[in-house]
Amino acid sequence: MADLNINIAGIQFKNPVTTASGCFGYGEEFKEFYDLSLLGGIFVKAVTGSNRDGNKYPRMAETPSGMLNSVGLQNKGIDHFCSHIYPLIKDFNTRVIVNVSGSTISEYVEVAARINELENIPAIELNISCPNVKHGGMAFGTVPETATEVTRAVRDVYKKVLMVKLSPNVTSITEIAKAVTNGGADVITLINTLLGMAIDAETQRPVIATVTGGLSGPAIKPVALRMVWQVYKAVNIPIVGLGGIMNATDAIEFMLAGASVIQVGTANFIDPMAAPKIIEGINEYLDRHNIASARDIIGALKVS
Amino acid sequence: MKKFVHDFIVAFNNRLNSRHFILELQSPLPLPEIFPGQFVQVLVHNSPATFLRRPFSIHFVDYAKNTLSLLVQVRGEGTRHMGMLKPGETLNLVYPLGNFFSIPSSGKVLLVGGGAGVAPLMFMGDYLNRKNIRPDFLIGFRSADEVSQIDEYSKYGRVFLSTDDGSMGEKGFLTQHSVFSQSSFPYDHMYCCGPDAMMHAVAKLAAAKGSACEVSLENFMACGYGVCLCCITQTDKGNERVCVEGPVFDAARLRW
Repeated sequence: MADLNINIAGIQFKNPVTTASGCFGYGEEFKEFYDLSLLGGIFVKAVTGSNRDGNKYPRMAETPSGMLNSVGLQNKGIDHFCSHIYPLIKDFNTRVIVNVSGSTISEYVEVAARINELENIPAIELNISCPNVKHGGMAFGTVPETATEVTRAVRDVYKKVLMVKLSPNVTSITEIAKAVTNGGADVITLINTLLGMAIDAETQRPVIATVTGGLSGPAIKPVALRMVWQVYKAVNIPIVGLGGIMNATDAIEFMLAGASVIQVGTANFIDPMAAPKIIEGINEYLDRHNIASARDIIGALKVS
Repeated sequence: MKKFVHDFIVAFNNRLNSRHFILELQSPLPLPEIFPGQFVQVLVHNSPATFLRRPFSIHFVDYAKNTLSLLVQVRGEGTRHMGMLKPGETLNLVYPLGNFFSIPSSGKVLLVGGGAGVAPLMFMGDYLNRKNIRPDFLIGFRSADEVSQIDEYSKYGRVFLSTDDGSMGEKGFLTQHSVFSQSSFPYDHMYCCGPDAMMHAVAKLAAAKGSACEVSLENFMACGYGVCLCCITQTDKGNERVCVEGPVFDAARLRW
């Protein structure tokens, strides 16, 4: 049995496998399938300043080896989160990290400041990369100056571990990674979904109501791996990697490219047992390769 | 309610007509209690085009044989693949998902289904009979060559039939059936499953007749267990998840 413990920015994860925001609700639904304490951590659904109904139906299209979504950050806002959700999740025996989104810098700051007060949340993941909202979201994550600005503004009020989740919809991911590092990020999460589109040729209409949406699943894995690798070489802060991870081999690939922790996203929709299976598979891989610790494979890609 | 994910073994693949078939799937584990209106998420292997699971209403549960059946209409690559499954092959399911039809304590019941939407009504008919309620069925098909299993439905109640082309039963949409033009409408409860337009029309008729009406929605969904938030429908409580708060809704609560 290899050592699966990972420490990033002072947070101890019992293994590198966590679940991605927007793909795991608040964990409740998965209790019916397995013991959540198996997980390294849970990144819960994005929280915004006030209630958001999200986008119109249809919000989803199946695409080759992936799916397109345009949920649009549906959630009941930070007040409801603090009063109703936090009590349900605060005693999970795993790391619970909250994804934070907003339409304005002040909204991000307001939500981050509120979560700073919640004792059992060791970190937030700043979502400057949602492609499915009209204002904010990805707009903050595609221009280096605004990425620095929003990160810095949140850094000023948020005293625990600040993770920033990047959008792949940029020309240079390393520029954005450096920008949020300069803004005070402790950890970088990447990637969010790729902006995409699906058309029904028979009806000659877009498949989802918002016309464009975020592409996830194995279709985006090569892009995600490339970006994790580039960012790993460009900055000195830890990386949480995601994008199309379906099994342990995928997870290992992300760690070799430079991710310290990985997130399982869309795979949760297809196999509710995906995350625990990945933990087992990583353990089996490390034993098979006589590697003592999961830490030893982070960024261990042999390029030459 | 505890949910399960595991392989089932195909016991029978019974082709009803050119577009529909019934898969009878045997569980290697004792089936948990399942209620009419609930659904399963089916994993179709081996194709990038069938990446997500597909939701299907549970058509019938046979606890003695430890099987559940799905009534499937061939629509795309996933259902085509399912149609080719042979006895002994396996199919991975997540189940039982969603809420279920309410069981009335009194009054007369009409079960209304169109096309493959009729799927959950066989199970509902059986369930109601076990509760000593004998429902009537109103079933609509495109034409006589798609009419099937009438003898099976008849075990559980009287069957009214309509076909779009009039080749069997009454001609026209099922909402035009003479059941709805009786001077005094005898049904207190209606349960409906089928295409959205049909359910709209049935819900409207039910409201006009003063009958309670539950409809089973089949919105596009990714997960089926409440986390992706893709299958929402607007209700009097805002956006609700068809996979968890539904698929069965009181039609009067929907803003569709």
